Amino acid sequence: MLHRFLFSYFNREVMAQYLPKIIEGFFLTIQLAAAVVVTGILTGLLLALIRSFRVRVINFAIVLFVDVLRALPPLVIIIIFYFALPTIGIRMSGFVATWLSLSLVLTAFSEEIFWAGILAVPKGQWEAARSTGLTFIQTLQSVVLPQAVRITIPPLTNRTIAITKGTALGAVVAVPEILFQAQAGLTFSYNPSPLTLGAIAYLVLFFPVVYFGRWIETRFAWKR
Amino acid sequence: MTQIVQSFFNLAILKAAFGFLMKGFGMTILLCLTVIPLGLAGGLTVALLSTVKNRVIRWLVIVYTDFFRAFPPLVLLIFIYFGVPFIGIDLPPFIAVALGFLLNNSSYYGEVFRAGIESIPRGQAEAARSTGLTRLQTMAYVIVPQATRNVIPDLISNTLEVVKLTSIASVVALPELLYAARQAQAVTYNATPILAAGFVYLICLWPVVRLLSRFEHKSISLH
Repeated sequence: MLHRFLFSYFNREVMAQYLPKIIEGFFLTIQLAAAVVVTGILTGLLLALIRSFRVRVINFAIVLFVDVLRALPPLVIIIIFYFALPTIGIRMSGFVATWLSLSLVLTAFSEEIFWAGILAVPKGQWEAARSTGLTFIQTLQSVVLPQAVRITIPPLTNRTIAITKGTALGAVVAVPEILFQAQAGLTFSYNPSPLTLGAIAYLVLFFPVVYFGRWIETRFAWKR
Repeated sequence: MTQIVQSFFNLAILKAAFGFLMKGFGMTILLCLTVIPLGLAGGLTVALLSTVKNRVIRWLVIVYTDFFRAFPPLVLLIFIYFGVPFIGIDLPPFIAVALGFLLNNSSYYGEVFRAGIESIPRGQAEAARSTGLTRLQTMAYVIVPQATRNVIPDLISNTLEVVKLTSIASVVALPELLYAARQAQAVTYNATPILAAGFVYLICLWPVVRLLSRFEHKSISLH
């Protein structure tokens, strides 16, 4: 029984054979995750800033966008981009479909978090800053944002980790990231050891991120 | 324009696929009704275990929680469904999904409940114990009810994510809503069923998103 277990999940030969592929997948996952984090958070911040101008039509559009992307499962969005859009002539690679989908989802969540942070800064601070002669932009930049960003960091970190783990969904649309490589290895070798390698690769990648998230939580907790 | 309507909002195709999609929707509901209570129960257990005196147990709970925070749910599901049969245990898709969700969600709900329990002042437990309640009674009648009430927004938010996550069951051929939609697309060569599935998720979950958005704007504050 133990022998069979080791032969199946920790088969050295199979592991040695598929390790290079898993490492390739590992770096692709990092690229995809980094692209999603940068695009998602920057666009989310931008939308929250636009929302603070309180133009009714624009804000309505932002809320609609955010709501839709929070209500739809990320896998459904990826599949719409990859399998549905080509039927009207819009084609994109699995990588682009996954990057775009997860970025949009992260944009929606981070916009909500940044906006809640901006709202959390009391009105009096706006008024005080404006009355000292700061412009709207200056107030936003030097008074409101520094405080808003600080209280939004813990929820934002957690949400970002959760969405970044969604890069594994790329395997469904043939993005050769960790999970895809691991599944391909399983199919070719008829041995699940590549899955074990893939699992280890995810832990190596995300354990530090989770610990960083915990550290951030305790670091900023007392300020709230 | 007509091409978009033809490909995305084709009524003839929708009519043909409707029954099939609704069957998938039924399976999604059944899946939710299975995995949400399981996750809540598992999470509460995890949270309670994190309050015991035994250090080894507390440490194990932390390792468990962090493991599943770092591990993508789809990878877990693939491992259970495609990996476990190699040692001779064949799991039907529904059981595999339920097991994967139980493991994964217990960690997330556990974190939520733990935060709730920590939000209750120590004095409450001490007072309850001093009136003669046992540790278990104190938890059951004093701490957990208040803790749960304090974290209701987080519980709802987590549940929303769980419902959305059920869509990954399509990858292991469990015939839920997304799987049904993809099957229907493959048969009809038309994207309408997928868009329709998206609409079903949207209609069901939009009210929850609105509710959460209200909670969130109230809960984050500087003071």
